[in-house]
Amino acid sequence: MSAATSTAPATADDDGRIGLRGNLRHIGALVRRNLLWIRQDPESMFDAVLMPIVFTLLFVFVFGGAIAGKGNQDAYVNYVVPGLMAMMGMNIAMGVGTGFNQDFQSGVMDRFRSLPIARSSVLIAKIVVEIGRMLVATAILLTVGFLLGLSVSDVPGLLAAVGLSMVFGSSIMWIFLTMGVTMKNAQAIQGMGFLVLMPLQFGSSIFAPTGSMPGWLQTFTDHNPLSSLADAARGLMNGGPVAHDVWVTLIWSAVITAVMAPVAIRRFRTKS
Amino acid sequence: MTRTDNNAVEVRGLVKHYGETRALDGVDLDVREGTVLGVLGPNGAGKTTLVRCLSTLITPDAGRATVAGHDVARQSRQLRRTIGLTGQYASVDEKLSGRENLYLIGRLLDLTRKDARRRADELLERFSLTDAAKRPAATYSGGMRRRLDLAASMIGRPAVLFLDEPTTGLDPRTRNEVWDEVQRMVAEGVTVLLTTQYMEEAERLAHELTVIDRGRVIAEGGVAELKAKVGGRTLRIRPADAAHLSAMAAAVREEGLDGVAGVQAVPDEGVLHVPILSDEQLTAVVGLLGARGFAVSDIGTELPSLDEVFLAITGRQAASVTDTIPQEVAA
Repeated sequence: MSAATSTAPATADDDGRIGLRGNLRHIGALVRRNLLWIRQDPESMFDAVLMPIVFTLLFVFVFGGAIAGKGNQDAYVNYVVPGLMAMMGMNIAMGVGTGFNQDFQSGVMDRFRSLPIARSSVLIAKIVVEIGRMLVATAILLTVGFLLGLSVSDVPGLLAAVGLSMVFGSSIMWIFLTMGVTMKNAQAIQGMGFLVLMPLQFGSSIFAPTGSMPGWLQTFTDHNPLSSLADAARGLMNGGPVAHDVWVTLIWSAVITAVMAPVAIRRFRTKS
Repeated sequence: MTRTDNNAVEVRGLVKHYGETRALDGVDLDVREGTVLGVLGPNGAGKTTLVRCLSTLITPDAGRATVAGHDVARQSRQLRRTIGLTGQYASVDEKLSGRENLYLIGRLLDLTRKDARRRADELLERFSLTDAAKRPAATYSGGMRRRLDLAASMIGRPAVLFLDEPTTGLDPRTRNEVWDEVQRMVAEGVTVLLTTQYMEEAERLAHELTVIDRGRVIAEGGVAELKAKVGGRTLRIRPADAAHLSAMAAAVREEGLDGVAGVQAVPDEGVLHVPILSDEQLTAVVGLLGARGFAVSDIGTELPSLDEVFLAITGRQAASVTDTIPQEVAA
């Protein structure tokens, strides 16, 4: 938008730009709106609260014995919890797309888009709130994990692992925001999301070491960013080589954000 | 009222396509500062597309438009500071309370927390929503939601207000409330561009009218001018004795009032239809019937419907939704 080319005499001193403080204020107001939604509709937090409990119990007790040996679930807890952290980021990121899509069904997006705010602030506010939901989900996941015998040798490493999951998860949100703006309805996004996420999540080292997989699948899992994220989180929490996986995850996050954020914002701006 | 010769809105040759459909096909119009322009047209005529272009929600494909001196394409941010928008569907956040909705808009318009709260309360009061201020908007009635929507549009004290079919789907009493509010805003100097399907709404609120159909302006002018063009109101008179119908029709015809020659007896309904162009003619006709000693059991006037206006201007029925614009756009 070339607002700087303004020649209107009435606004010679107003080039239409919104300063950083203005942007932060707008994002803050929109974040507040999304938090009020949660207060109004606490059920919307069910996924963030229940998913980590249900998934952790399921995986540890259903697969734990098979993978780590009967009675050896503790070892599997240490393996799967860092992986689940990566997985939950994805699932919450998918929710951002469906929620955003529903916003468009009402006229309220028209109102926001007709206000003198940067249109990206609507998207950024959504991401800030979802990162908050990811943190809640992660805290619950770790609590359940500790109850089941999770051991962490390195607390700063744990925090770094949480941070890395947030960074990667928020980059994925831009993909789902783009889908939220472009696709017709929330169900379509959910269907599409599952189609993409299931192979990505299961075709990775999240739930099981990849050593027993056929060669072609290993090629896929080795290049799957979720494997890198899960392996990096494991290494950060319990020691081991991490540098390579951390870098790979950060590069994936940076590339996805650099490509998808402008696409999402552009689509949002020009949506008719 | 702050009427001047300056135009608050200027539109020249505005074009917007949706695929093959030309939703706007070269629209020209002006709205003078401090006045209300009524944009009249059937569903799918391009009214909503016009408002969406002028409020920068969509970008026109060709042509030029300015609002309060700001170009819609090049100065959209400055433009957005000067407008208020109330859409066809209430654009409020249903999960938030009325007060939270207004507070949110206030913050997005750069009011301080304190000012945003004060402005929200002020507008809740003005739009009679104080009692419902803390309830989620989802629990509001249609009329309350529309009032909240208007209040939200007023927070930034806009110079130009776009109202896209502000009373569609409202009951008559609520419709009147909305009209009163719009008139109050206009009295405070706000310029309004109003789209509507209702002749009655246009007559009540608008100073000037533009009739559009299939993305084109097909008629424009003052309300009175346009009314004259389509024949104004119809006076319906029911004689106490149906047998007097033809005698009454003859008496009115003989009087030779301008336009009244179209007088018609409708024996099936037992009423006389008299087209009238002015209040003077109405008085003259009623006076005439009294002077001749006809007993009348019922009398009333009717505005032409939009369909009749269309028929009069274009010689054909108003376009229906489906044959001009994809459903999605019409919505």
